[in-house]
Amino acid sequence: MTVLLDFEKPVGDLRTRLDEVERAYATEPTSDLERQRASLKADLAARTQAIYRSLTPWQTVQVARHPHRPQTLDYAIGMCTEFVEFHGDRAFGDDRAIIGGPARINGRAVMIVGQQRGRETRERLERNFGSPHPEGYRKAHRLFQMAAKFGLPVVTMMDTPGASPGLADEERGQGWALAANLATLATLPVPIVCVVVGEGNSGGALAIGVGDRFLMLEHAIFSVASPEAAASIVWKDSKHAPQAADALKLTAPDLLRLKLIDRIVPEPVGGAHGDPSGMITNLRTALSDELDQLVAVPAADLVAARYAKYRRIGAWFDQGGTPS
Amino acid sequence: MRNLFRRALPLVSGEAAQEAAPELWVRCGRCREMLYAREWEAAHRVCAKCGFHARLTVADRVALLLDGGSWQELDGSLRATDPLGFAPPGRQSYAEKLATESRDSGQNEAAAYGRGSVDGIPVALAVLDMGYFAGTLGAVVGEKVARAFELGVAERRAVIVVSASGGARQQEGVVALLQMAKLAAAAQALAAARVPFVSVLTDPTLGGVTASFATLGDCIIAEPGAVIGFAGPRIIEQTTGEKLPPGAQTAEFQLTHGMVDLVIARRDQKAAIARVIRLLMGGTALQASAAARDHLTAATNGATTMQPVPALQGFR
Repeated sequence: MTVLLDFEKPVGDLRTRLDEVERAYATEPTSDLERQRASLKADLAARTQAIYRSLTPWQTVQVARHPHRPQTLDYAIGMCTEFVEFHGDRAFGDDRAIIGGPARINGRAVMIVGQQRGRETRERLERNFGSPHPEGYRKAHRLFQMAAKFGLPVVTMMDTPGASPGLADEERGQGWALAANLATLATLPVPIVCVVVGEGNSGGALAIGVGDRFLMLEHAIFSVASPEAAASIVWKDSKHAPQAADALKLTAPDLLRLKLIDRIVPEPVGGAHGDPSGMITNLRTALSDELDQLVAVPAADLVAARYAKYRRIGAWFDQGGTPS
Repeated sequence: MRNLFRRALPLVSGEAAQEAAPELWVRCGRCREMLYAREWEAAHRVCAKCGFHARLTVADRVALLLDGGSWQELDGSLRATDPLGFAPPGRQSYAEKLATESRDSGQNEAAAYGRGSVDGIPVALAVLDMGYFAGTLGAVVGEKVARAFELGVAERRAVIVVSASGGARQQEGVVALLQMAKLAAAAQALAAARVPFVSVLTDPTLGGVTASFATLGDCIIAEPGAVIGFAGPRIIEQTTGEKLPPGAQTAEFQLTHGMVDLVIARRDQKAAIARVIRLLMGGTALQASAAARDHLTAATNGATTMQPVPALQGFR
């Protein structure tokens, strides 16, 4: 089943016509039909490219949340020749909103950790829609430490509306679990590459998103809060999410321009959901490239550079009062 | 979100009293008891009847915790910029909001830090201020708290951070979010130097502050009755439809759930903090920390390349 976003409708009509022509061509391959097919294909590619080249921030949010967009497990399985999913935080339970374990990318053993939203209703419920509980972050913490123990580079993939905000999460110390991950990642003596593959919101994303290199897929979003949550703070009304998406500068090109991320991984024309295997190839290439560079750096230099990188984030000016 | 953080007090007793002597009486924000203002101030704004801890300003906090005359504020002249050019249609732009906050609160940012001493022990103290922009964590708050941690490392001063915050400042977007990572890293640098970090959580401590430095203290002290959590009560109710039981997310709730070490009333905080720091600094770690210092020196080399940026338009 194809899911069409509102702004994809023109492309959808073209695609329907192309399908009709393809069917007709299959039964009766005339040169006229062949011409029609070629022209429709060219038209479709051009329209898709035009739409995706000028997505508004709110449209980007829709693409980042697209139900057919590849998710962390698709990448873990698609990019890696081997992947063993490990379970549980050894204290409370196994949170299915975070998956992880050792894997092999391009011959190199790594530790993969990421959020998994799920697809069908049942899976989405099991995975709490990709909103991890504290035990999920503690499982991630366990895997980070294991990576350090065995000298495995860490690859994290963010795809979450945010950390789960329930009473049970509060009882188990959600804030404490997030903070512990930030602190551990800040000084973990192995290379860390973080990628936002879909939606990366708030501390819930950041708690697996501190590292040496921070990548975003072209149509992913990264934000201090979901546009809905930010709108309910700034406008007192979540209906203003589209305006909030605009104001928050949450797209990959905006964040690269603001020097808050390191690299954009290009998506196939029409978005990752249109060509998952093309996307998986693009990400594998980008990750291999980043890992090749990082594994050459001594751990102490890596951690020092990571400190410096985060330490300099934040613009301020000195009004020139107290010298210090 | 601001209505959650309405400045609790002082409320004056009533119109008649207000006309007669506005400063004489205040009403407790919880039990509504009429309190004699001078006694209430002398008790550090704690209700004599029900023990309610009303919110304090930075100056009140300094007077409560530090030895008289020891406070030396640093970098009080740091001001926010508008990194995103945040100007949402139909709402105040960030630049305008900063100006409004300054006018209403008389403050220029939501945190202050500096040197001081507690019972003669040299410390670096940072205090977040709910009175300015709901104590939200943006680049300036992040910079000041980070410098407090680095001061702790450089001068081997124990670090005390008193938190009171609604969370990350939305108007600074990812810049605000990444302050959480910056401060967790700075707290780790202090930990590597084996200098104690006492985190004091006051009403309210929420969101990105809870999910970063505030919960990384060697010792976490919470003020009685303070609301402390990741998601605020309103977010929890809106998102999950759950009605919070009474007492959820209070300091006492966090104590019973194992999330804080101590819940201590204001009058006893200074003595408790001094004792904890003395005990933690009584070990042998402090002599063995040359390696840790080297680690930080290497780690902070890049930080010196940070330049102040020129003032942005509109709110100088």
